[in-house]
Amino acid sequence: MQLINGITLLLIYQLAGEVSVRLLGLPVPGPVMGMVMLFITLMIRGQMAKAVEPASTALLGHLSLLFVPAGVGLIVHFNRLGNEWLPISVTLLLSTIITMAVTALVMQWVTRLTARREPNHD
Amino acid sequence: MTEPDLNRIWVYLSASPLLGLTMTLVAYSLAHRLYLRSGLNPLLNPVVTSVTALILFLLATDTSYDDYFDGAQFVHFLLGPATVALAIPLYQQFNKLKQVWLPVTVALVTGVVVGAFSSVAIARLLGASLETQLSLAPKSVTAPVGMAISEQIGGLPSLTAALVVVTGIIGAVIGSKLFDLMGIRDDSVKGIAMGMTSHGIGTARAFQVSAQMGAFSGLAMALSAFLYSVFLPWLLSITGVLG
Repeated sequence: MQLINGITLLLIYQLAGEVSVRLLGLPVPGPVMGMVMLFITLMIRGQMAKAVEPASTALLGHLSLLFVPAGVGLIVHFNRLGNEWLPISVTLLLSTIITMAVTALVMQWVTRLTARREPNHD
Repeated sequence: MTEPDLNRIWVYLSASPLLGLTMTLVAYSLAHRLYLRSGLNPLLNPVVTSVTALILFLLATDTSYDDYFDGAQFVHFLLGPATVALAIPLYQQFNKLKQVWLPVTVALVTGVVVGAFSSVAIARLLGASLETQLSLAPKSVTAPVGMAISEQIGGLPSLTAALVVVTGIIGAVIGSKLFDLMGIRDDSVKGIAMGMTSHGIGTARAFQVSAQMGAFSGLAMALSAFLYSVFLPWLLSITGVLG
């Protein structure tokens, strides 16, 4: 029953997210808004985390499975991929490496910078 | 069983959502078993092998993606609640996050800008069409959010979804090598870079390295999805990528 309760809560938050995004004309996808609302709720009522945890562990533990149907969607774009395979594959590879490297470097750099400012933390 | 019997069964199956759903779960559980047996070889990432197997199956049986998706949508739908569920690790890691909020925020904002512009710029330089460029821009954002952004900026949501999956796989496969080459050893830094770039697929990989890397990766995936959806349409319009 805990799993069902958890999933129900997640769906309620997703629904609330979708509705509020449309009502307020926010530029954020509904599920992201739902996540923000759930996060705020948890900050106020931490004990609710217990109710959602089993469902969220189940969903997040098999997150890669949820991407499979979208991945199979490549089949619809075979034509475009045939025509533009070079720019698409080079972009995916290079941009992924660049983004990952830059993000890691910036995080490392700012971490060191802030650590130096607070020597008492050593 | 005679030929017409088999035909009738196939007609029933191909019109029912049961087949697409079952094939997705069977393909994934076999792919996952293969992955475990290979000693977690990143090239045998279960998403790669199950997607490949399913595409071959659809081609061999001449099944359309729409028919397949009638069943697979039940799995796809769960991406929505899964996105909402990211609030839980975010909440649980909040104390750790509070200590590093500044480096994390700076890294993620930079990551969003670099991720979006490097993909549009490289694709444009190599002569990709505008639709393809725009579909590539949110390639690092977890699928449901990436698709919504793609639609908003004029890309093709279904193409974005597939590119998101490939980006996730690339990051999961090269991540550890890249961090080694760069001499990065801090699991929180690795997690942030992994989740920022390769969302859920990277996060699944990060959890195999350590719980800390996984938590930070999940955090980066959630926060960057939020940052991307707020800033990407605006970034593209002020820089004139969108007319």
